[in-house]
Amino acid sequence: MRTIRFLLQKEFLQIFRNKGMLPIIFVMPVVQLIILSNAATFELNKVNFYLVDHNHSTTSQELVSHFESTGYFKLNGYSQSVDDGIQSILAGRDEMVLTIPPNFERDLKARKHADLQLIINGVDGSIANLILSYSQSIIGKYNASIQPTVRQLDVNHNVGQINVQSVNWYNPELNYINYMVPGILVVLVTMIGMFLSGMNIVREREIGTIEQLNVTPIKRYQFITGKLLPFWIIGLFEMAFGLGIARWGFGIPFVGSFWLVMLITAIYLLAVQGLGLLISTMTDTQQQAMFIAWFISVVFILMGGLFTPIESMPIWAQRLTWINPIAYFIEIMRMVLLKGAGIKDIWELTTALLVMAGIVLTLAISRYRKASV
Amino acid sequence: MHTFKGFVTKEFYHIFRDKRSMLILFGMPIIQLILFGFAIRNELTQAHIAVLDHSKDAVTRELIHKIDASKYFTVSDELQNADQIKPAFQRGKIKEVIVLEPHFSRTLRRDGQAHVQLVTDATDPNMAQMVSEYTQAIISDYQQSLDQPGIIQAETMIPKTVMLFNPQLKSVNLFVPGLIAVILMLISALMTSISITREKEMGTMEVLLVSPLKPYQIIVGKVIPYMVLSLVNVLTVLILARTIFGVPFRGSFVLFMFEALLFILTALSLGLFISTISNNQQTAMMVSLAGLLLPTVILSGFIFPISSMPWILQMLSRIIPARWFLVIVRGIMLKGIGLQYLWKETLILGGMTLFFIVLSVRNFKIRLD
Repeated sequence: MRTIRFLLQKEFLQIFRNKGMLPIIFVMPVVQLIILSNAATFELNKVNFYLVDHNHSTTSQELVSHFESTGYFKLNGYSQSVDDGIQSILAGRDEMVLTIPPNFERDLKARKHADLQLIINGVDGSIANLILSYSQSIIGKYNASIQPTVRQLDVNHNVGQINVQSVNWYNPELNYINYMVPGILVVLVTMIGMFLSGMNIVREREIGTIEQLNVTPIKRYQFITGKLLPFWIIGLFEMAFGLGIARWGFGIPFVGSFWLVMLITAIYLLAVQGLGLLISTMTDTQQQAMFIAWFISVVFILMGGLFTPIESMPIWAQRLTWINPIAYFIEIMRMVLLKGAGIKDIWELTTALLVMAGIVLTLAISRYRKASV
Repeated sequence: MHTFKGFVTKEFYHIFRDKRSMLILFGMPIIQLILFGFAIRNELTQAHIAVLDHSKDAVTRELIHKIDASKYFTVSDELQNADQIKPAFQRGKIKEVIVLEPHFSRTLRRDGQAHVQLVTDATDPNMAQMVSEYTQAIISDYQQSLDQPGIIQAETMIPKTVMLFNPQLKSVNLFVPGLIAVILMLISALMTSISITREKEMGTMEVLLVSPLKPYQIIVGKVIPYMVLSLVNVLTVLILARTIFGVPFRGSFVLFMFEALLFILTALSLGLFISTISNNQQTAMMVSLAGLLLPTVILSGFIFPISSMPWILQMLSRIIPARWFLVIVRGIMLKGIGLQYLWKETLILGGMTLFFIVLSVRNFKIRLD
């Protein structure tokens, strides 16, 4: 026990002596939370559109003002040539060209339907989809406003109308930041756990100081405890700190239990630290270790449902998330923090994390040798 | 010149000797491309939903069946009362509960309207919005099938849509240019900064500085291997993107290679700059990760559209080289445009490169303290 205490003391001294370390611990979470949570959104903001109005009628003008009044679209240029509009998409000034044909108003009155053309910049598929569905709903609403109220005229011939009303639970304003923050906290502790603790051991090996530790009477488990424990504590602190910022800095309404989150974080940290340790037993230089750790964490994060829902992935890719600790932890965090899920809702996921931590740690410790090869 | 050649050869040996890093260096772009191409999507497929059907009559059964039959939804649970909604959401699988009022078809016939309530789990706002929109579309479809034909035709305008450059809105078309930027950043900036700092940390920098090599030769020699590697990787990604995913390449290849080289130079100069300000690999790594890679992934428009970000972050994204490079690559590959549209972005990248080279040269110490 005494040995471990001294080892811990040495590690903490080393960590905090490093000038770069304090900003990493205190500044990184704030910056990450602020930037990531604000940047990671697919909401549609002001979209510039180009108008080619061949009709110049009251109806066409009304339609355009409907587009503008939603606040999502901004008229950025107009002329009589569609080619000019396409040029402006090519140049990146506009995202959409709205073309109104010459006989628009007449067709609408006489033939009961008229065509419109939307040319949308499809380079960014998700934005293009949003633009399309917003435009369609604007046109649909305008359609509804100009037609005589059919159902009132026709109520006897009609079967009746199904009224749909939509309620959004847990996040009534559909605030995307609330959703992102728990996931970002996961990324944060992953970086601390996997990168720093893994790198620490390789560093000793690369510099050669591990030899000195190897010839001391320190036992294997003591050495590993001494290496893992400091970053485990820092990771836990980091989570509490991040939660605090999210709660009071961002005003995100967390409904779940703080202590439950900390408990799961403690388990999760063991799993990722084990991964970091495993990587460090397989590598000789920090560059290598960092590279592998970066690679693994990018794959885990992208496949873990942070940015894109796991349910949208093909089945084989969903299966792969069974071995992805980040996916489990992100899901648990969201369930607990946003929906107030209790231990009985998440025990299966938690058990999975525990098993993972056990396997990875055992593997890492058994691979670690005191003797140098 | 001879000494210089020897030095570059040594650097190449250093890199190629490390089999594991090589494997990752070449394996990573391929795996990422496959992930982005196949696995990472935003579309809705077979979302699990539950129904709380208070009336269980012919109309509601038909409606539920119609929703279940669509490729977007699977009705995986039938609830008995409203108290079960909360636990259903807390268990996590269910994304939406459709609540149908009692005596649905009778009310529909007698009063001319009946009510459906959609309760969504909005912890994921995007998902909730999509789920509720798609359900509403299916219900209004069903509504139309209920309506008898022959009622008065209303005046309607019908939008015809053309999606330029990417008619099927495939996300891989968008991701490939971004992926190229991330890979170039990773290899050129991160690896360079670490490999130079490594020499400092190990003390071998001293050996190099007292050698007959000039300081600029040391830097150029360090940088050349990574430049070659980056180019090889870019070509691999391009070829795979074309052959496996059919990503179009509409513009000029020569222009593309020129811009890629320019961006590699930008990244290398950034890596160089980082190595002049950090003393050990850990710092270099953390600065590169937090200062280069994260912004490249998050703020460049790679995954998240810049136009959706708050104003401040939009401004911030302007100082990120990858943002301009992405505009260029997407322009060349997808829109097929040339330098007459892209000169501004090219100039910005050039300016940034120059700025960081000057800064690093001024910071580069040929003496150790």
